[in-house]
Amino acid sequence: MAKIIVDGTEVDVPAEYTLLQACEVAGVEIPRFCFHERLSIAGNCRMCLVEVKGGPPKPTASCAMAVKDLRPGSNGEPPVVLTKSPMVKKAREGVMEFLLINHPLDCPICDQGGECDLQDQAMAYGVDTSRFAENKRAVEDKYIGPLVRTSMNRCIHCTRCVRFSTEVAGVPDLGAIGRGEDMEITTYLEHAMRSEMQGNVADLCPVGALTHKPYAFHARPWELGKTESIDVMDAAGSNIRIDTRGREVMRILPRTSEAVNEEWISDKTRYVWDGLKTQRLDRPYVRRDGRLAPATWTEAFDAIAAKVKAADPTRIGALVGDLATVEEAFALKGLMDGLGSGNIDCRQDGAALDPAHGRASYVFNPGIAGIEEAGAILIVGSDPRHEAPVINARIRKRWRATAGTLKVGLIGAPVDLTYPCDYLGAGPDSLADLAGTGTFADVLKAADKPLVIVGQAALARPDGAAILALAARLAVAVGAVKDGWNGFAVLHTAAGRVGALDVGCVPAAGASDAAAMAAPGGLDVAFLLGADEIEVAPGAFTVYIGTHGDRGAHRADVILPGAAYSEKSGLYVNTEGRVQFANRAAFPPGDAREDWAVLRALSEVLGTKLPYDSLFALRAALVAAHPHLGRLDVLEPAGADAVIALGQTSGTTDRAAFGLAVTDFYLTNPIARASAVMAECSALRLGGATAVAAE
Amino acid sequence: MSVRRLAAVQPESFAFTPENAAWADRQIAKYPEGRQASAVIPLLWKAQEQAGGWLPEPAIRAVAEKLGMAHIRVLEIATFYTMFNLEPVGRHFVQLCGTTPCMLRGAEELKEVCRRKIGPERHVTADGALSWLEVECLGACANAPMVQINYDYFEDLSPEVFGKILDDLAAGRPVTPGSQNGRQMSAPLGGPTTLTDPALYERPAPTKGTSQEVPDLQAAGRPSTAAQSPGDPLGAASAKEEKAINGKDSREKREAVAATAQDNSPDVTGSKRVGPKTGTGVRDPEE
Repeated sequence: MAKIIVDGTEVDVPAEYTLLQACEVAGVEIPRFCFHERLSIAGNCRMCLVEVKGGPPKPTASCAMAVKDLRPGSNGEPPVVLTKSPMVKKAREGVMEFLLINHPLDCPICDQGGECDLQDQAMAYGVDTSRFAENKRAVEDKYIGPLVRTSMNRCIHCTRCVRFSTEVAGVPDLGAIGRGEDMEITTYLEHAMRSEMQGNVADLCPVGALTHKPYAFHARPWELGKTESIDVMDAAGSNIRIDTRGREVMRILPRTSEAVNEEWISDKTRYVWDGLKTQRLDRPYVRRDGRLAPATWTEAFDAIAAKVKAADPTRIGALVGDLATVEEAFALKGLMDGLGSGNIDCRQDGAALDPAHGRASYVFNPGIAGIEEAGAILIVGSDPRHEAPVINARIRKRWRATAGTLKVGLIGAPVDLTYPCDYLGAGPDSLADLAGTGTFADVLKAADKPLVIVGQAALARPDGAAILALAARLAVAVGAVKDGWNGFAVLHTAAGRVGALDVGCVPAAGASDAAAMAAPGGLDVAFLLGADEIEVAPGAFTVYIGTHGDRGAHRADVILPGAAYSEKSGLYVNTEGRVQFANRAAFPPGDAREDWAVLRALSEVLGTKLPYDSLFALRAALVAAHPHLGRLDVLEPAGADAVIALGQTSGTTDRAAFGLAVTDFYLTNPIARASAVMAECSALRLGGATAVAAE
Repeated sequence: MSVRRLAAVQPESFAFTPENAAWADRQIAKYPEGRQASAVIPLLWKAQEQAGGWLPEPAIRAVAEKLGMAHIRVLEIATFYTMFNLEPVGRHFVQLCGTTPCMLRGAEELKEVCRRKIGPERHVTADGALSWLEVECLGACANAPMVQINYDYFEDLSPEVFGKILDDLAAGRPVTPGSQNGRQMSAPLGGPTTLTDPALYERPAPTKGTSQEVPDLQAAGRPSTAAQSPGDPLGAASAKEEKAINGKDSREKREAVAATAQDNSPDVTGSKRVGPKTGTGVRDPEE
């Protein structure tokens, strides 16, 4: 720790802190453009100049000078930083004037207007005029992909976008070409950026040079309602802010959450919002004469009641979809219990996860933040880059923090994870080898906190249970499960999966699982709660409760319109088992209702009325049944015993290689499939892949 | 300096010749494992040589792939350094220095020669022999005006001589690099002008006990600190006296200028200087 005096306040900070951080500790705000906490230090905007005593006798860039670089005074008094002296004021005014020399005066037509660092800081630290009378420079706008719009005249060359794409995203597409006045930010020959997290560069841009293309010219920040919510595009449960105008979702932005997504979100999370407006189910439908016809709620309920009353309870089943909140899953399970059926399953892909083994057997035990402690990582049957980009960014962060010495082993499809990994094999055999004598096992054993990540591609197959057990056995053998560290991590792809497993949405003993229910002749009546990733065979009378005209709705005999994740309040449990609360940002369209309310109304018609009349009552019942779901935003330490016990179960694995759990990152759920932006990204990626293959 | 961007017309592909590839591997081997990117500038330079003096886009990609770098990283470097030509140049690429000393000594006239004999800047003649570019100082100011043609300097040029060089190059006739007016390097035109007294170079017979005569060629040309003949301007006043007079004189001037500047300009540093400091950064021994 080192002492330093900031504007007369003495603070004690770690010696390696920069002056800017020390100033923040002292409660002094330093303006900045290029500096960002999660990126490397560039020191090229010069906005953070301060005056120091004990250092160079000139304005000093506080982002690039450490407290330890300053020497104490002649009598040993701490170094002094002045942020309000005339020198600093003049320096800031000078820098701001230089920055504005080439910055266009197009704030009235700029999407960044109202939330622009340059605008704000020009007001706070700039002067009111410019002495520059010559022509401003003009820069051609660049094409850098379908998601980020450029207006390069506005660029102030802070290089945050370049540093983000190189360091955090790990897909170094952006760069600064030319020099001096001719410096321009671009991609190589203006190809589209290839990162799954490229939208973050527009967030990072302190000016309006990079803005969100789908949001371009749609709204002003001050006219938007801002709702804090949780993302459902992947199982990471990224914290998001949904901005709405009236009933319409205008954009989605990340919220800072150190434990989950830091301040990044994937492009699917960010740009899926146009999918919330298209293909929506806004009224009930009933299939008559082979065609879905609009109906009233009563007609729809009556049609269902007629079929359900005629059916044997063991021939009724329900599938919980990937985007369901915990409350809905709980209500659906309650409804099935009331009907006397044990046929309920949330694992559409057939993943061999069973709550009976204990919660530790199906969550990401070390937590996402725990990745930053891992000493070595083994990834089994997973492509975290596409299954959960923010988790992959966390692994990459760990890899960078270890100066590239972190060993990552990969078993499964050979994928580019943006950091180097040892490719150990394609299938269960490689995992079995590793459990025996593999050299990577020694790496894991030697590591202080080894981490074993098991993906859905390894579990969603007939021998999934055996593979899960094998992975657990390996984790225990290499010391990944011990006091104070549980390094057995299941990486989910579905946002609703852990929550549904928590409330026990798996078949009762002797009942049918998802595959059996969907098989021909499996059921007489099937309830699909947003279950679009599975094809229910013809024969069963299918009730689809959901939001979009996707696979489930096309198959359905009755459609009950529900609410999308932005239109309902609910709990989501992310892959690490963290319970997070999502607020309602907008209202469902037309006659659509929140899914729990649909289930509650349906239960009454079916004669098995669910015992709650409000969402609060439902939540109270939920928490009474599952107390851990009432503890928001904490990681319940799941016992290591479950993993050890899981490792002792046995089974035989076959030899087939692991596939990919997510084949098209942009089209993994009904909302994304309804989004034109996601479709464009997907086409671009596929086109890009074929172009590369042709080369 | 002009905007440096990739040329519109590019070749289909680029690959190092086997010799150049081997050379490149030797360059890469100079750097530790994981630091191969350090070899990017030598490799780009070799690629430029191989491609005929300019760096085509496929060469940028080829270098990036050889070094395991992102394409954009290599493009950043290629567009940053002005010695990488991003568009085709003539077989004889004339880099004409237009910085102050050369400009004062007639670089403008040389440019006129270029425009007349080659065409506008960056234009390659139809036969591909010549192209020219105005560049910043090439560090041969003592021989201004000068041009660099490929790897050779041509110095002390006059428009006529320079025109002839261009003609010879275009016609394939040999030319002689270096000074074009008979000077040896940057030695005075027509031979030495100082230290011409042959006596200086005669080694006097050793005399006992006198070291005053300094029988040393190196020391011979320097003014002695001791007072010499009254006619010698450097020896007229002792070095100390001269410094004291000049120093005081110039110091007073500097102070006057600084005082005016301080009165006229807004306060930059926030603290007015109290003492009559000169601000030259050189400490005056008299202070």
